[in-house]
Amino acid sequence: MEYKIQANKLKLYYGEALALKKITIPVVKNSVLALIGPSGCGKSTFIKTLNRMNDLVDGVKIEGEVLLDNVNIYQPDTDVVMLRKRVGMVFQRPNPFPMSIYDNIAYGPRIHGLSNKNRLNEIVEKSLRGAALWDEVKDRLHTSAMGMSGGQQQRLCIARLLAVEPEVLLMDEPCSALDPISTMKIEELVTELKTDYTIVMVTHNMQQAARVSDFTAFFLNGELIEHDKTDAIFTRPQDKRTEDYITGRFG
Amino acid sequence: MSITRQSYDHELENLRQEISKMGNMVAQAIGESVKALANQDVELSRKVMDGDDIIDAIEVEIEDKCMVLIARQQPLARDLRIIGTGLKITTDLERIGDHAFDIAKIAIKVSQEPLVKPLVDLPRMAVMAQKMLKDSLEAYINMDISLAEQVCQADDGVDDIYQQIFRELLTYMMEDPRTISQATQLIFVARYLERVADHATNIAEWVIYLVTGQRMRKN
Repeated sequence: MEYKIQANKLKLYYGEALALKKITIPVVKNSVLALIGPSGCGKSTFIKTLNRMNDLVDGVKIEGEVLLDNVNIYQPDTDVVMLRKRVGMVFQRPNPFPMSIYDNIAYGPRIHGLSNKNRLNEIVEKSLRGAALWDEVKDRLHTSAMGMSGGQQQRLCIARLLAVEPEVLLMDEPCSALDPISTMKIEELVTELKTDYTIVMVTHNMQQAARVSDFTAFFLNGELIEHDKTDAIFTRPQDKRTEDYITGRFG
Repeated sequence: MSITRQSYDHELENLRQEISKMGNMVAQAIGESVKALANQDVELSRKVMDGDDIIDAIEVEIEDKCMVLIARQQPLARDLRIIGTGLKITTDLERIGDHAFDIAKIAIKVSQEPLVKPLVDLPRMAVMAQKMLKDSLEAYINMDISLAEQVCQADDGVDDIYQQIFRELLTYMMEDPRTISQATQLIFVARYLERVADHATNIAEWVIYLVTGQRMRKN
């Protein structure tokens, strides 16, 4: 198994408070890793360390390393813009830009200096197809993205990520604001996307973790309690705390 | 809805195919065990006995698959019935596999001596039981209730021929006690085939439950 990402003894402090306690997790290339655990357990904090989103938070101090293709992203000469292009993120609430569907997708490639119209058209179509949205919106590419349903907006955000050709997709509760059918569509999409990308997903929904992921990591109080294949975590967890959490005894 | 739950459906279909594959292996094992008995073919008996390990391994594989599907998908309604009946049918198939093993073992024992009588009814019974098994598997794959019902009805015919074989071998034993050892073995074979037909009936009943959600009266 080839590792796309490896977090090694990663510690994160918010001021004095230790929020991540020596987390070590490898992320297998072209797999889906789900991060589960009760609120405040550190899963969202952890996922943000993978493309240095925590840099923007005051008082954050990080020790240890995160390797992306065996290179530590926390070494001083890291180009953070390039890092976030390679490791993109989808958030809880869909956050399309207040512009047309087309421009939402073309935004990233344009910023990276692309202006060729044909090439942009290609990227827009390919990205929308990749996010399983093309058929629904191909006739209204130039209407505002704000008029789409929540589920469509979230897939648009995924398409917008795909347009800059990332390698890793981080998803922080991507379905928490969506209805069940939209949720199923995103889940199905995630299953398809892993052929080309490596995906790390935070979810509050244990069933979702069970359905879509290949590996699951259970966090509790900033600690990684258990990390294993999803089949194993949900049929024979090794740690009692994992079992208590996934069977709904606490959390 | 076209893109939703594609992979889940794929896994369920895959499960059904695996069960059908196991069913075909088991049906073949039964056919070969009876053939080995009738032809006093030790080599074929050994082949059947060796094959039982493979069947057992497939059973474990299918069970694990079902457990994982339950854990990962929290199945409901027909999905739940596909997985639940999958577990039950697999058990029936494994038992049939064991009976093939048992018959093959008897075939080896019996191969050393001439048969007390040419086997006529036993192969006929085997054909009936095998047809029930094959039909039940076909009903399973095609979700065909009327075929499943036919299987349930066919079980009476197998029960009748079992009684007939039993009585006939009894008369052989009464006439000549030297036949007792072999005739008892042959009665066991008839008994195993009768059980095979019962398991096929179970499978057919599970098919009816799978499709309609209604429970049939157990045989």
